Amino acid sequence: MPKHSHDHRHHGEGSELSEMELRVRALESLLTEKGYVDPEALDTLIDTYENKIGPRNGAAVVAKAWSEPDYKKWLLEDGSSAIHSLGFTGRQGEHMIVVENTPETHNIVVCTLCSCYPWPVLGLPPTWYKSPQYRSRVMIDPRSVLKDFGVELPKNTGVAVHDSTAETRYLVLPMRPEGTEDWSAEKLAGLVTRNSMIGTDILSIPGGNT
Amino acid sequence: MNSGHDLGGMMGFGPIDTSHQEINFHEKWEERVFALTLAMGATGNWNIDKSRHARENMHPGLYTTLSYYQIWLKGLEKLLLAAQLATAKEIADGYQHASAKPDVKVLKNNKVLDMLMAGSSYEREPLASNRYANGDTVKTRNMHPKTHTRIPRYARGKVGVIERVHGCHVFPDSNSKGQGENPQWLYRVKFTAREIWGDEHPANDLIFVDLWEPYLER
Repeated sequence: MPKHSHDHRHHGEGSELSEMELRVRALESLLTEKGYVDPEALDTLIDTYENKIGPRNGAAVVAKAWSEPDYKKWLLEDGSSAIHSLGFTGRQGEHMIVVENTPETHNIVVCTLCSCYPWPVLGLPPTWYKSPQYRSRVMIDPRSVLKDFGVELPKNTGVAVHDSTAETRYLVLPMRPEGTEDWSAEKLAGLVTRNSMIGTDILSIPGGNT
Repeated sequence: MNSGHDLGGMMGFGPIDTSHQEINFHEKWEERVFALTLAMGATGNWNIDKSRHARENMHPGLYTTLSYYQIWLKGLEKLLLAAQLATAKEIADGYQHASAKPDVKVLKNNKVLDMLMAGSSYEREPLASNRYANGDTVKTRNMHPKTHTRIPRYARGKVGVIERVHGCHVFPDSNSKGQGENPQWLYRVKFTAREIWGDEHPANDLIFVDLWEPYLER
């Protein structure tokens, strides 16, 4: 097999590559040489999650639920069908459960055992979601975790923590901020943050007092 | 197995770093490890439960200090070795020394989007009816297998209530050992934070965990 352009196994190339960079490039060269991977497929995998699939999908789901009571009912009863109907299908989103924040209950999602996360609606998980700091503490002391994110809940609001231990994936339906009653779904979607759909943010109108 | 990955309730890791929240990959090699892991997973030489076990089956001190994609890389290397797709010498120096395993199903570029958008359902036809229904009180088993399991340590030997019957799903404890999918009923189980962590916790705090029927008893 001819040597292709990204053969980086020689350490003496005079490059400033880190040890990890060299090790991973060597592995990619090996797996390509053995005919197991199509390097262009790797680029497409990365491009998809860097540029195409992200939390704007989830924000569209939330805004639709806020705007259409029938859709919200469907979403809470059968999250998979309601989300898949918008085209947000596929890997790590096959079995979707949506949990609704209310004045009584604030929901937070975690995967204490690894990093399970609903890719089709939120993209890849942020670093903090995968960190031992978050995974260990959110389960036993969720309010202190919220404090790290600058979020304080009303005193009487209970916290429900959801551990993604199976292939089910969780999306939080945040509370709709007051003062948005006449907003379009599109405008509402612009308000929805990624963290609010994990449960580490609560939403308000920018500059508003809610 | 009771290892470093089972983090729920551990203490001492310090504050959460909430900076750089919009970055998926901090370094170039991380995105390659991500893509290599997905592409090699698509060859069908192992399943998701085997790959999770490969990542968690390491010294707990290492697991809690390596970066996320360093753990993925170690996991991938172990899986390649176990599936005889590469030798230790090949992984060490990056050069091919042994012939390639024949008939490996390669993920081609023009199939990537189809593969991602299709996903793969983990629900299976049940072989028996579900033992528990919504509202039933259950107790989780006090179990400590040395192999892969998805019942966290904090949730063992605790009393909860069935909140939802998800359906019959692939059972990771079997699938991770190459013993087949062995589908089992999967439930969403509700616990009070007090049941799990003690009476000092707020009375209205709840913990939900998805648990398979073999983890539960009456």
